[in-house]
Amino acid sequence: MQQRNRLEPYFENLVFERDDNHMVINFGPQHPSAHGQLRLILEMDGEQVAKAWPDIGYLHRGMEKMAENMIYNEFLPTTDRMDYIAATSNNYAFALAVERLLGIEDKVPRRAKVIRMILLELNRIISHLFWLATHALDVGAMSVFLYCFREREYAMDLMEDYCGARLTHSAVRIGGVPLDLPEGWLERLNWFLNILPEQIELYEGLLSENRIWRMRLENVGVIPPEMAKQWACSGIMLRGSGIPYDIRKEEPYELYDEVDFDVPVSETCDSYGRYKLYMEEMRQSIRIIRQLIPMYKETEPQLLAHVPEYISAHKEDIMTQNYSLMQHFVLVTQGMRPPVGEVYVPTESPKGELGFYIRSEGEPYPYRMKIRAPSFWHTGILQDLLPGHYLADVVTIIGSTNIVFGEIDR
Amino acid sequence: MRPYRPKDNLQAKAYYNDRFWVAPRIPEEPVEDPVFAADLASLQEHYPIQRAYIQRGQLVIHIDAKENKEVLRYLKEELGYDVLSELSAIDYLAQDGEFEIFYQLLSLEKAKRIRVKCRIKEHEAIESVESIFRSADWSEREMYDMFGIKVNNHPNLKRILMPDDWVGHPLRKTYPLHGDEAAQWYEVDKIFGKEYRDIIGPEQRDAAFVDPNDTCNFARIKHEVPRCADPNSEPIRIEKFNDDAPFVETFDLKKAKIVNRDR
Repeated sequence: MQQRNRLEPYFENLVFERDDNHMVINFGPQHPSAHGQLRLILEMDGEQVAKAWPDIGYLHRGMEKMAENMIYNEFLPTTDRMDYIAATSNNYAFALAVERLLGIEDKVPRRAKVIRMILLELNRIISHLFWLATHALDVGAMSVFLYCFREREYAMDLMEDYCGARLTHSAVRIGGVPLDLPEGWLERLNWFLNILPEQIELYEGLLSENRIWRMRLENVGVIPPEMAKQWACSGIMLRGSGIPYDIRKEEPYELYDEVDFDVPVSETCDSYGRYKLYMEEMRQSIRIIRQLIPMYKETEPQLLAHVPEYISAHKEDIMTQNYSLMQHFVLVTQGMRPPVGEVYVPTESPKGELGFYIRSEGEPYPYRMKIRAPSFWHTGILQDLLPGHYLADVVTIIGSTNIVFGEIDR
Repeated sequence: MRPYRPKDNLQAKAYYNDRFWVAPRIPEEPVEDPVFAADLASLQEHYPIQRAYIQRGQLVIHIDAKENKEVLRYLKEELGYDVLSELSAIDYLAQDGEFEIFYQLLSLEKAKRIRVKCRIKEHEAIESVESIFRSADWSEREMYDMFGIKVNNHPNLKRILMPDDWVGHPLRKTYPLHGDEAAQWYEVDKIFGKEYRDIIGPEQRDAAFVDPNDTCNFARIKHEVPRCADPNSEPIRIEKFNDDAPFVETFDLKKAKIVNRDR
């Protein structure tokens, strides 16, 4: 009797289902275009996706649990690790939420507000450059990746000059900013803002009319407006579906109601439209920072809000004034005790609506902190968005959602 | 005597509390905003609202947990609150034996946000709102994963962040912050026996710790001794770094080349 062939083919990531000719593919969590630790289980009908199950949690560090066991100032550096592409936007969203909880939003000095906004928009540029670089690399354009990283490096240098860190900035404090801008920083920023528009034109020259780029992006990943609302999409994922909602415009925080900028909207609802929006948003960020530079020069030098109950005094006061030192000691060892209540504060981060829900019971530790990270829903939408698309488009769609796993898993 | 630690809340607590300090409260303002007032009046005609107030610019309404789906459907279809931006729970089991569930809604036309809150007992389930807001699919899974709150009629109520076989729900206040002693010595007890605990010693968990007796893991830079030699023996002397060596003794800014930022 002939022996059964023991050398059956075995594919680690494939399961063949003979009865309906469907094939199940495991995509990630170590896939280079999975943008972190995304695992997708794809049921394929030939080349087309029949079903998709995004599987997350590979980067779960329990940040909400950590927040419940840290005083407010301790938690701020942890927020860097959420959206690590643009860390300041997380720091800022958290700081703003705590400030609104304390009711000291109006007491933040104007110079701190201007510096924060410059940093936020600089982070938006960094994030969008990074997005374009990795997205183009996923789709197959290697040189765009290198060009984008060159410009991103200049922006990272600016961040490094300001706060000393390149990735985990912690450049914002509750109640203001810790440092003034270093000498010559604004001139370097100005230089960067002057070279960036021509570089954006360079990227667009490489991509916008590129036949391959258009074929890979146009009519791929179409999110109708109704679907975008259903899935709580925000940021460019929402504006890419023709809904002109920008939190900076609609619910202005900081000084966004004083600066002049446009909210670009795309009616095509596809990946190409979103790509256009990213490029336009970078230009708008440049425009915002250009308006902020003269505003900075008109401000008083105070950097942190003067609220001795919640926020430590200036370093000079701590070193010379007895009462300031005592306050500082209590605030560092015990932490501030915000009033009892709750607050939900949305901000427009580069990825979308980044919101912090904080429930305080009047103790130094938040009773509950829920971090509303935009990428969480932009990953969830994949299970409705991917079916019907080809496997090659899956990479494009993941790229155009601009997800970051630090904030999905938290 | 060991201090008594309540088992129903194992989270970090302030070690000092002023006996006479009363925490201030964020004011719960009456609903005077015209948009919110109109929405609230319309809602009150159809559903009983337990409490409604404005806190930090957002309308908060407390409803009965059994009516969550109808209220959210009304808010979406009649009042235009078309985005469910967030949904989660708060653990009040220690105080009241209840969970508080909140739904954070946004109206894109009005640019207004409402928070709908309701309370359920520990073993009660809540009705899924996934059929109204698709985004609730994942947030309800996360709520189930983190708090163990069952959601009725959910299409796929599985854990989302934690592994499928995980025991316990991490965001409950009863969930411990550290493993216990048995967990700490698990491998040592299992492999060698309890009597070896002293010899092997506890696991080193401090990332910044540098073992001064370590002779091979860069613990003694510039005081290197031969591998496995007595750490107190004479360190290896390097007479002089020659110019080719890739060590940098001191960083001389004047010699360093600065990349021209102006090109």
